Amino acid sequence: MALKPEDVAAIAHLARLEIRDEDVSSYADNLSRILDFVQQLERADTEGVAPMAHPLAMSQRLRADEVTEQDQRERFQQNAPQVEAGLYLVPKVIE
Amino acid sequence: MHTKTIAELSRMLAAGETSSEELTRHYLERIRAHADLNAFITVTEEEALAEARRADALRRKGEAGPLAGIPIAQKDIFCTDGVKTTCASKMLENFISPYDATVVERMKRAGMVMLGKTNMDEFAMGSSNETSYFGPVKNPWDKTRVPGGSSGGSSAAMAARLAAATTGTDTGGSIRQPAALTNTTGLKPTYGRVSRYGMIAFASSLDQAGTITATAEDAAMLLNVIAGFDERDSTSVDKPVPDYTATLNDDIAGLVIGVPKEFFDDGLDPRVAECVREALKVYERLGAKIVDVSLPNLGLSVPTYYVVAPAECSSNLSRFDGVRFGYRCENPTSLEDLYKRSRGEGFGAEVKRRIMTGTYVLSAGYYDAYYLKAQKTRELIKEDFCRAFEKVDVLMGPTTPTAAFGIGEKTDDPITMYLNDIYVNGVNLAGMPGMSIPMGFIDGLPVGLQIIGNYFEEAKMLNFAHRYQRETDWHTKLPKGFE
Repeated sequence: MALKPEDVAAIAHLARLEIRDEDVSSYADNLSRILDFVQQLERADTEGVAPMAHPLAMSQRLRADEVTEQDQRERFQQNAPQVEAGLYLVPKVIE
Repeated sequence: MHTKTIAELSRMLAAGETSSEELTRHYLERIRAHADLNAFITVTEEEALAEARRADALRRKGEAGPLAGIPIAQKDIFCTDGVKTTCASKMLENFISPYDATVVERMKRAGMVMLGKTNMDEFAMGSSNETSYFGPVKNPWDKTRVPGGSSGGSSAAMAARLAAATTGTDTGGSIRQPAALTNTTGLKPTYGRVSRYGMIAFASSLDQAGTITATAEDAAMLLNVIAGFDERDSTSVDKPVPDYTATLNDDIAGLVIGVPKEFFDDGLDPRVAECVREALKVYERLGAKIVDVSLPNLGLSVPTYYVVAPAECSSNLSRFDGVRFGYRCENPTSLEDLYKRSRGEGFGAEVKRRIMTGTYVLSAGYYDAYYLKAQKTRELIKEDFCRAFEKVDVLMGPTTPTAAFGIGEKTDDPITMYLNDIYVNGVNLAGMPGMSIPMGFIDGLPVGLQIIGNYFEEAKMLNFAHRYQRETDWHTKLPKGFE
């Protein structure tokens, strides 16, 4: 499998990653090699095998729908790049 | 003092032969003296001394447990309240965690003293500690070589005795492989045995916290503290925690060791194979039976891992969006530009490769061929392990195909790097516990014996490891200049 530069651009867009133009060919090369490598799974006979959901075959625990966390907004927002009046700021999305 | 095990230090503290403050100062001094290893991202000197004095005060009041006052280093993937938690990424370079991971919280409650946060591969993605934003870690056994990864700062710090013990995480071998390459004892418990809460997620169905220590006995003492149910981790298992130190000396005569023939493939350095055979002879002398077993699908484990882990990573790392925490690019022109440049500039090359691999295998049209297929081969791998455990008590083999490789030697080709984890990936896919213990040297470089246990049989694994360490002295050897 040889990924083309436009494939890398499409994957990077889906992943919301900016890849610099000069790096595209090396990502194309490395990702192609990784996909070639994992392609050997095709040869495995998995007829009738159920895909694993959890190694211990456990079901997901549920908890009661109750408030257990305290409001720590100010504390958490100390790690935010830009806040104002308790809100997270981002560039304008609606004109 | 640094040549003592936790078990010995614990006795010395109890007898009043040393204090936690004295021990802590000693390790802090060693961390400073060996800063060139680059084993630490953050050293928390003041907090450590304050915690040490608190532990000493508790001891004077007779309220100290066995681990109170023991200095430990935490892998920088564990959130530590009020302390920088970077995951070795530019993305979290300035992130100060607002809470403690459960592992950290439990160690604090036991009175342990945190010396600092150890270096690692960025977001735990790597096998050499070369993907860290803060630079590679050097192996104390040969500073031109890697200490393994992703818990490479922890393994180097332990090998150099810069802490009495360290923590690690193991998603695809990230505790066992670095332990093997540094002559230390690495323990990865069963998936769900130790809480993942506050451990920055890489691949949630594989991630498991554990320890890198000097001995199996030390690993048992720490597992006693960190194992157990935590309602804040949705896959934490609610099962009683035994006293892992109680069975360390049990007789292993008559127990059965399975040796998977697939571990002895063409990629294995014959000198490593020879070390494994020597180690098995020690077990034979102790009365254990050695039998050949087969894990026919083991060869699928690395390709399966490199579908499942990147898929989960692409999903987990979508939280780094430049909005709520973490790195944000300069002057974003739109929300999409903000996302793309913050992530493009904040993540390193290997992390981006894995996010893109994961995005690709989960994308429309490819999901069945890659992700669903890999979850089926994962089931086959797990069934192989389960079948083997119907006949054996533990499995043994090499941890790595070779001793430590050179810094920069395998960075050009991701596949060459990935194949270094060929013997360790399968254990994570099956969710079983695994260890690596020192078993000898090749040209002065340590190699490790891997011990794999059945689900929740950490006690049996530790018993096998401890009995070996009673018969051999590999684990007591220290690199030159660190004695």
